[in-house]
Amino acid sequence: MTDQLSRVFAALADPTRRDIVARLTEADHTVNDLAAPYDVSLQAVSKHLKVLEDAGLVTRTREAQRRPVHLEAEVFDLMTKWIERYRRQAEERFSRLDAVLARMQDDDTPDTHDNHPEGTAS
Amino acid sequence: MTTMQTPDTATRFPEAAILADEHVPAIHIWRDFDATPAQLFRAHTDPEVFAQWIGPTDVGADITHWEARDGGSWSYTARGEDGREEFETSFHGCFHTVREDRIVQTFTWDGMPDGVALETMTFEDLGDGRTRLHAVSLCDSFEDRDAWLSSGMETGVNDGYAAIDRMLAAGDL
Repeated sequence: MTDQLSRVFAALADPTRRDIVARLTEADHTVNDLAAPYDVSLQAVSKHLKVLEDAGLVTRTREAQRRPVHLEAEVFDLMTKWIERYRRQAEERFSRLDAVLARMQDDDTPDTHDNHPEGTAS
Repeated sequence: MTTMQTPDTATRFPEAAILADEHVPAIHIWRDFDATPAQLFRAHTDPEVFAQWIGPTDVGADITHWEARDGGSWSYTARGEDGREEFETSFHGCFHTVREDRIVQTFTWDGMPDGVALETMTFEDLGDGRTRLHAVSLCDSFEDRDAWLSSGMETGVNDGYAAIDRMLAAGDL
């Protein structure tokens, strides 16, 4: 399974492939459609699609003559979920920081330093 | 993927907002605090204060080295429980710039010792008693950045694997 995940990351590490994925979020496209905006050969775009396909990010319909490329949104959503998890972890940390900052404000209030004997380094 | 935008000043971040930059392997975080820039600066540079919030909730972090000045360095170990598993994980880096409104430092997770991110934290006075933290972590590569985003320590990746397992089992992949 590690390989599967690595392939997803590696596939999305390339700017052209990220662009292809971005365009596929709107609609399915044929290889010709996808290749049109790029100044590279159809073959090069097919290679990019192969990488995305191996990562499970896109599929190609077997039946239809045009064989449009389809984005597997569920795999893509996984990335979004990870980002949300990362955000939640950051937020947990910052909530703790909120509490620390609130205590810091109390400490700054005069006459609350009675437990500190004179001469303590500040 | 998301598009990089600098939030306008009217936007408020009572909760952390995260953005994975699409052009460079960076992660942005914004968060507003009910504090002065000086207090936020202290929370990031005073090791006793830092240890109280950086680590996991139950234990906190063990600061093993701390020299918050230009050219200084730092390291800490976080211990805690993640579900039933106990974990211990450590980080280290160098302080490049330590200034009241700005801290620039390197950041390495010791589990991946060759990976290093450049972190820039700015403390912006919002003028209403609040201060905005903007943290940018610039990673070595998109792979590293995405691995970092997906991990959030160990659990994220494992959950990710489990989800992929389920999708494979269901024939969705």
